[in-house]
Amino acid sequence: MKRLILAVSLLCSSALAHADLKVFACEPEWGSLAQTIGGEKVSVYNATTGLQDPHHIEGRPSLIAQVRNADLLVCTGAELEIGWLPILLQKSGNAKVQDGQPGSFMAAQQVQLLHIPVKVERSDGDVHADGNPHIQTDPRRIAQVAKALTERMAQLDSANAAHYQQGYANFNTRWQQALQGWANKTASLRGTPIVVHHKSWVYLQDWLGLQEVATLEPKPGIPPTTAHLTNVLQQLQTTPAKFVLHSAYENPRSAQWLSGKAGIPVVMLPSTVGGTPAATDLFTLFDDIIQRLTSVQG
Amino acid sequence: MQLTPTTLAITIAAALAAPAAFADTTANWQGSLIVEGIYFDSNKDEATHAEGEEEAHEHAHLPGFPAGGHDHGFREGLHAGHIEGVVSGNISDKLKARATVGILDTEDGIETELEEAFVETQGLGKGVTVKAGRFFSDVGYLSSKHNHEWDFADTPLVYKGMFGEHTNDDGVQLSYVAPTQQFVQVGTELFKGDKFPAGNSDDTVGAATVFAKTGGDIGTDHSWQAGVGHWRADSINGREGELHEHERADGSMHSVTPSFSGKSHINSVNALYKWAPNGNAKERNLKLQAEYFQRDEAGTIAMLNTDGGIERNLNYDGKQDGYYVQGVYQFRPHWRVGLRQDKLGSDNQLTQVSGAAATEHQVEATGLATEGHTPKRNTLMVDYTPREYSRLRLQFNEDNSTPETDKQVILQYTHSFGSHGAHSF
Repeated sequence: MKRLILAVSLLCSSALAHADLKVFACEPEWGSLAQTIGGEKVSVYNATTGLQDPHHIEGRPSLIAQVRNADLLVCTGAELEIGWLPILLQKSGNAKVQDGQPGSFMAAQQVQLLHIPVKVERSDGDVHADGNPHIQTDPRRIAQVAKALTERMAQLDSANAAHYQQGYANFNTRWQQALQGWANKTASLRGTPIVVHHKSWVYLQDWLGLQEVATLEPKPGIPPTTAHLTNVLQQLQTTPAKFVLHSAYENPRSAQWLSGKAGIPVVMLPSTVGGTPAATDLFTLFDDIIQRLTSVQG
Repeated sequence: MQLTPTTLAITIAAALAAPAAFADTTANWQGSLIVEGIYFDSNKDEATHAEGEEEAHEHAHLPGFPAGGHDHGFREGLHAGHIEGVVSGNISDKLKARATVGILDTEDGIETELEEAFVETQGLGKGVTVKAGRFFSDVGYLSSKHNHEWDFADTPLVYKGMFGEHTNDDGVQLSYVAPTQQFVQVGTELFKGDKFPAGNSDDTVGAATVFAKTGGDIGTDHSWQAGVGHWRADSINGREGELHEHERADGSMHSVTPSFSGKSHINSVNALYKWAPNGNAKERNLKLQAEYFQRDEAGTIAMLNTDGGIERNLNYDGKQDGYYVQGVYQFRPHWRVGLRQDKLGSDNQLTQVSGAAATEHQVEATGLATEGHTPKRNTLMVDYTPREYSRLRLQFNEDNSTPETDKQVILQYTHSFGSHGAHSF
């Protein structure tokens, strides 16, 4: 009997040693990043798609099962997943990925956040206490996250540390080149006034120097109202905007209404990998964002 | 091990009184208050309501189902509804606690109930979670949900008949999520067994459950969960039903209370399906759910007279079952419409000690008579949720839970203050 137990436990531990690092990515941008860095040494599960609103996900049985089996959770943090991640962590019974464990990686903790509120109150809408969580629209911040994520993956799976470092080095070389290319293409966008649906583009604005003059949501997370849209339209008479932005998962009706009234084009942008058919990885995501921004500018 | 709210409170207090391990305790606390307002209108004639508590309770009673579950129906008119106060927080990195107090303004005055007060592990490892204290059972799907999580203003008839208002009891729960691609969870609960349909057990563990759940996704638009549960209490010792009064031939009043001793077993199955285009439930979604419960009871019913003496013993072999099936469709952001159907059935055998079948009057006195009626109810609901913490609901019930059809209109307003954890699937 003892021998059998020994054999079984040896079998299990050797199986574990060769198993991939199981990554649970809350959003597809982090899944894509972990896959790019880890290559064949990781298996990635994306909890959401580019067509889903990451604020509003249900703690479904499928997600509990995936968190149960994960070695590493790669999420945005900054309360973006507050409506669903805590319940997955609670139900999973997985010790490795709980808050504060090496298996819990929050991208927002690796970069400087914008729009950190002075106070958090419901009357102000869905305001995140740590700052605006939509960091993935700034490729400079993605570079910072990539570096930190590589270190974390190397820490968790030290046997493959060199592999992750190599994966990161390859990614970063390509990324820095791409950044240069995107910067060249978007120089003329600097200072362009825009209207956005939700405050999910502040990091893109920060990177490209776009000027947000209004939001379609009266307050973050509060759906657009007719009264508010009328105000925005009036405001555009004095401070005109060049176009109105919304992401792939947002209902385009309000943006289209404003577009018709104000005579400015609507630009739908993928907020992450999978948001549009062209955005298949992080590189093509920004290629597509910039293509869409520059083509509307004409 | 005897688990009572007192020992639990002491455990929590001791844990909190431990040296100031947390510099900022407020960060570990979440508190919320859920406030409900109800307007209720029923077409049952006013006279029966005016006659007071006894009448009202008798009307709440489901034919063929043993009484005992403490359940308050709605009162007519505009009232404060079921208020919930919830406090939760982390005790350590592996232990959380939550307490929920329900407050209800009834005809008998303000009633408070300690609905839940438990500690629960988080991230123990290997998929294991342990819970101890007072908590709602996971034996069914709705069994673990608080009133404000319900998709209708009231609970399905089968829950009322099987468990009374809530499925909470004092005990421990052990659950395990398997390391599989598909969600598979199994669990067991050991309860003190003081609450209906258990009662007055001499054993430390008076009631116990086992349950299993599985679920998954089909593409990005569909998700599902299915579960089975078994609840049992094998040492029920004097579970009292409702006082039964009747007039004797000579005009004098006679009253008896049925008291059941024996065992009660419940089996259940439940299924849940959700649809949301692209997985974005915020815009549009559909939720279909159904649960079936079946109960077997066997033992003795002692008919107690007013001074507690046994007037008569009856042998009782009872079967009750029931289901509800419901669908809720969010057809546009913030707006939902729902339909629900309830149905119950029973087959109760009562015999006298001599072996002869119990008389019609004796059956009636036990509170198990059906009068040939099958309790049913149809419900239509519309609700509007401008924000996730406030909701206005209008509901119509065609309630045939008793032979007399009751057309009910319920207007419910629910609002929550403070921070509150997300609801489970």
